[in-house]
Amino acid sequence: MSKGMLIDITKCIGCRACQTACKQWNDLPAVSTSFSNDWSNPPELNAYNWTRVGFHLLEDGDQVQWRFAKRQCMHCNEPACESACFVHAFVKTPEGPVVYKENLCVGCRYCMLACPFQVPKYEWDKAFPLVRKCRMCYDRLQEGMEPACTTACPTGANIFGDREELLAEAKRRIKNNPGKYIDHVYGEKEVGGTSVLYLSDVPFEKLGFRTDITTKGIPQYTWSVLKWTPHIAIGWTAILTALYMYTKRRADVEEEDGH
Amino acid sequence: MDQYTRWTFRMTPYRVVLIALTLLMVGVATYRLLFGLGAATNLNDEWPWGLWIGFDVLTGVALAGGGFSTCFIIHILHKKKYHSIARAALLTSLIGYLLVMGGLFFDIGRWYNFWRPFFYWGHHSVLFEVFWCVSLYTTVQVLEFGHILFERIKSEPLKKLFDWMLPGLFIIGVMLPTLHQSSLGSLYIITVDRLYPTWWSMIIPVFFLTSAVFVGPAMVTFEGWLASKAYGRNFQAEMPVLTSLWKVTAWLLAFYFVLKCIDLTYRDAWGYVFNGSFEANMFLVEILGFILLPLVLFLIPSVRNSVGGLVTTSILVVVGVVFNRMNVVFTGMADAAGGHYFPSWMEWSLTIGLISAGILVYCFVVENFNIFHEDQEAYKAKLKKEKARAVADGGAPVQA
Repeated sequence: MSKGMLIDITKCIGCRACQTACKQWNDLPAVSTSFSNDWSNPPELNAYNWTRVGFHLLEDGDQVQWRFAKRQCMHCNEPACESACFVHAFVKTPEGPVVYKENLCVGCRYCMLACPFQVPKYEWDKAFPLVRKCRMCYDRLQEGMEPACTTACPTGANIFGDREELLAEAKRRIKNNPGKYIDHVYGEKEVGGTSVLYLSDVPFEKLGFRTDITTKGIPQYTWSVLKWTPHIAIGWTAILTALYMYTKRRADVEEEDGH
Repeated sequence: MDQYTRWTFRMTPYRVVLIALTLLMVGVATYRLLFGLGAATNLNDEWPWGLWIGFDVLTGVALAGGGFSTCFIIHILHKKKYHSIARAALLTSLIGYLLVMGGLFFDIGRWYNFWRPFFYWGHHSVLFEVFWCVSLYTTVQVLEFGHILFERIKSEPLKKLFDWMLPGLFIIGVMLPTLHQSSLGSLYIITVDRLYPTWWSMIIPVFFLTSAVFVGPAMVTFEGWLASKAYGRNFQAEMPVLTSLWKVTAWLLAFYFVLKCIDLTYRDAWGYVFNGSFEANMFLVEILGFILLPLVLFLIPSVRNSVGGLVTTSILVVVGVVFNRMNVVFTGMADAAGGHYFPSWMEWSLTIGLISAGILVYCFVVENFNIFHEDQEAYKAKLKKEKARAVADGGAPVQA
């Protein structure tokens, strides 16, 4: 059964234990940080920061409130990166995680252009760089463990489980707490659904989530055009051959008539 | 063909500069291959694709589109009056594609893995189709050139072999570019909801294909004019052929404009054209300045029949296609991508060096192979025939 994560933003306290757990488990090097306006740290997702808690200081009338939104790969049900990769280095596993077979990678970076969430990052400091991103601790899942980030979460803001059950839980929380949540499970329908789901009490666009996004799987857009390729190749070759023979004959006849 | 007895390469000050730029490029390319993209370029996580993909590959393939469109007209439709430009168009297209392959090779992060897509089929990727088509088509063009090569090297059996292959090569050599010229546009279908809506469309492959075809005659005109300057050839004599070929461009410019209007209406995207944003204004400049203006100019007889007029109009079309590809890669993506990108001096150097190398190869080939002279042979034969006919008619021989 396909696994997923449910991140309830109302429960996140911004402790960043998940960031640290991710770095430790995946053996990612520290990157130098700088002071950022919103106190987020590290400043951005990159090849060595696979998850990052975004700090958002929101104004609500004369009140200000903090909200913390953990971001990482969304593990799309229909990943744009998988469809974009011309050596099939990205694979959506039946277990849920979207994983990357690094030995196949040519380094074209079309996945980075393709991702609707700008998740895949590149090791720009290396001579032969790899694309890096969260893999929902696929190695831990295979050993029957949860991802490092969900085990580290002290408040239960980030929980791991079967995606369908998590979706039902999210809807239950919305229903049982009238007025608390925005009536929207982010990731239920976005780009055809994602393994990572979010609940929030403030509009998602205020937390940097893209809400003006298609609900159709992005690979479907490409495939609806790309599927015509073999038909065009064969049909067009046939037409060109016919044209070639017809106009050649005509030109030959003209030549004979003309002289 | 007695004039070709030795291989020659004339040295001029311009060529010394081009050679210097090429050598600098070789140095930069070596540095990039050894130390990586991060060391050599300003590419970053927001801008994974930059000058090399945007200009060298996307624009380079489009500008080399003159090869397959003239091949279609001359060899598939057997329009013999355009024969005089066939070899020049093939040569520039072949050089163009070799540069594209070069540019692409330097752009891939793990270049020792470049062969992977031949064996690991990500058939659901547009890039997979582009990779296969561009590789095959470059091979096809090299084989097409065999016809010219073995005429020069004088190996009858080999020339016969390559001549025998030509019809098949012509047909495949039109089919493959039709696919990948359009697919270069399809690459951006995946940027749905991110590429600015004046450029994003489900039919962006049709726009890319159409513009790759209409830029063909413009590019042939522009290159022919440059070559006539460089080699002291009579450009005026080629004008009737070029003006006639240019009609294809005029029709397709009109088609492109009408299709754009239909597409914008269908997607209800006219609001994005006139909202005054930077993207909208760039789009308006593209359509008004580089689609409608050259079309209107061509429709004026005094403009299209003058060398200056036709060349200027052609330059507008060529610049327009460059502008369009840059808009898709950079202008249209800027808002969604965020961050900042401007090519590093090494990126510029590699691009400029590749073009310099291309010009040098072009010069070498036209000076050592029969690229331009085919038409002059035909012209001489025609004169001879007229002369013979005049003699047969009992009149005086015409003055040649």
